[in-house]
Amino acid sequence: MSTPNGPLIEIQDVEKIYRRGAEEIHVLSGLNLTVARGEFLALMGPSGSGKSTLLNLLGGLDRPDRGTVTVEGKRIDQLSDRQLAAWRARHVGLVFQFYNLLPAMTAERNVELPLLLTDLSRRERRQHVATALAIVGLAHRTRHYPGQLSGGEQQRVGIARAIVTDPTLLLCDEPTGDLDRKSGDEILGLLQALNREQGKTILMVTHDPHASARASRTVHLDKGQLSADPPA
Amino acid sequence: MATGFFNWISQSAAVTLYNLRTIPERRGAALAAAVGIAGVVVVLVGVLSIAEGFHRAMTVAGSPAVALVLRSGSDSEMTSGLTHDQTRLIADAPGVARNDGGALASAELFVIINLPKRSTGTDANVPLRGVSPTAFDVRGNVTLLAGRRFAPGRNEVVVGAGAARQFAGLEVGRTIRVGQNDWAVVGIFAADGGVAESEIWTDAAVLQPAYHRQDTYQAVYVRLTAPDAFPAFSAALTTNPQLSVKVVRQSDYYAEQSTTLTAFIRTIGVAVAGLMALGALFGALNTMYSAVAARTREIATLRALGFGAGPVVCSVLLESLALALIGGAAGAALAYGAFDGFQTSTINWQTFSQVAFAFKVSLPLLVQAIGWAAAIGLAGGIFPALHAARIPIAAALRET
Repeated sequence: MSTPNGPLIEIQDVEKIYRRGAEEIHVLSGLNLTVARGEFLALMGPSGSGKSTLLNLLGGLDRPDRGTVTVEGKRIDQLSDRQLAAWRARHVGLVFQFYNLLPAMTAERNVELPLLLTDLSRRERRQHVATALAIVGLAHRTRHYPGQLSGGEQQRVGIARAIVTDPTLLLCDEPTGDLDRKSGDEILGLLQALNREQGKTILMVTHDPHASARASRTVHLDKGQLSADPPA
Repeated sequence: MATGFFNWISQSAAVTLYNLRTIPERRGAALAAAVGIAGVVVVLVGVLSIAEGFHRAMTVAGSPAVALVLRSGSDSEMTSGLTHDQTRLIADAPGVARNDGGALASAELFVIINLPKRSTGTDANVPLRGVSPTAFDVRGNVTLLAGRRFAPGRNEVVVGAGAARQFAGLEVGRTIRVGQNDWAVVGIFAADGGVAESEIWTDAAVLQPAYHRQDTYQAVYVRLTAPDAFPAFSAALTTNPQLSVKVVRQSDYYAEQSTTLTAFIRTIGVAVAGLMALGALFGALNTMYSAVAARTREIATLRALGFGAGPVVCSVLLESLALALIGGAAGAALAYGAFDGFQTSTINWQTFSQVAFAFKVSLPLLVQAIGWAAAIGLAGGIFPALHAARIPIAAALRET
């Protein structure tokens, strides 16, 4: 088991291959990455470099073809689909580029969704939802449907949904990719606050150097390999 | 274990409620599926209510305390024949109820006359039954709705309510041509909706000479002292060397007469509804596939959040079931409104005469039809549901 101060994430020799007919595409090859608890890591790289694939491996949405993915001392690459679903529900908060809110549900019902997978009572769920929406600054918009909210507000709901279960890890896939600069800045400020004030470990995939500047560390992914500095 | 189960249930409920809430966004396809299933239910209920109504008309008024005596070897009154002496022996048998007028036994004959149907104006066969004056007490359920009973010895008839509805010229005060003579309609009677309501009754003693039957009859109807007197009554007649007869309960006789036509109508109904169900099944499949396709990203999001594949399958199935039940209920209500009590008549192939009856949409029939709707819904939902569960989460999350 990892200690509270040890690495939260350890990725070792991970290889991910996609097959298109007879062709094999090595999206990740021999990749190693360690992320400390409480880090805010930006993952940059050109399109097709494998950023989202790496995020999916860390979120238990996909499995590597080789190598190990360890989160909090647990080998998640060895879990079954059912175990992964339960693990995700407990340990991972996901933030998506296009928010992925359910349009027929109000903000508070969207945020409540992950709590339906817990044993919390209805009252406890409502309390958690109210807290999460207050943290993202949307306490006054709880009964609004996604269609009635701006992009920035929708992403705040998405973040509230990601943090409502108090997960170990926040995985953000281009969280500002669909937002204007001002709204994007607000979202990045919110993520930073979650990192600093709530101690959340955050992995953020982004194209945007402006966004990565808000992270505590940035790594670059290109052709399936990581580097600390941007490729020349 | 219990916690896991409740968790599974709450996951399924949450996803199902969400799906149902999104139906208005897909109302076109949802409506098409529901209407298709409603159509199946209407046809199924409509056709089977004919069988149900006919069967009911043939059996509802058959009393287990009334027995019917026919010549041995005959299938129906049409092929039976009994002499006057034989009918007297039958009336005197043990187990026959009596009143002040004597034995409750009615020697009867049965001829077919032609009358124009109100609906088409074409002639159809109507049974004209010559009965003894005791026939009303033997049946026990015959009540006059209008007019009076026929007077013995006169060319008068009373008409069953069903026959009066289906055939023209059977109102009280009118006359009908039977054989060479005009006969006056003097009354209309009901018989609990039973097959007797499709008949016209007159005095057997008047009908015999009109049809040159001498002193012969075709059947004797007797009221027994009690339903359980039947075995002794039957045994007394069938062991009597002076008689060669078969004895049946009235209820069994009519039930037997109705089986062929009822089975035929049911087969047709199930076959037609079955073909329509196949069409409705594809409608439901199409609707649910498009419902799943429209929600691919949402389903992937739920899976990414940690919702299991089982609740997703369950939710799609329940949505399909809900659409089917809505369609089924609408179809059942429509069928009930359109068909229940609809008056018509058809030929009874055992007597070659018309039986008036009302379509009967019974509760078991509605339950059966709703069961069909549910089956179509579940069958139409299963493949889209499995498809939904197999959506690759990572790729589907990024669908726009």
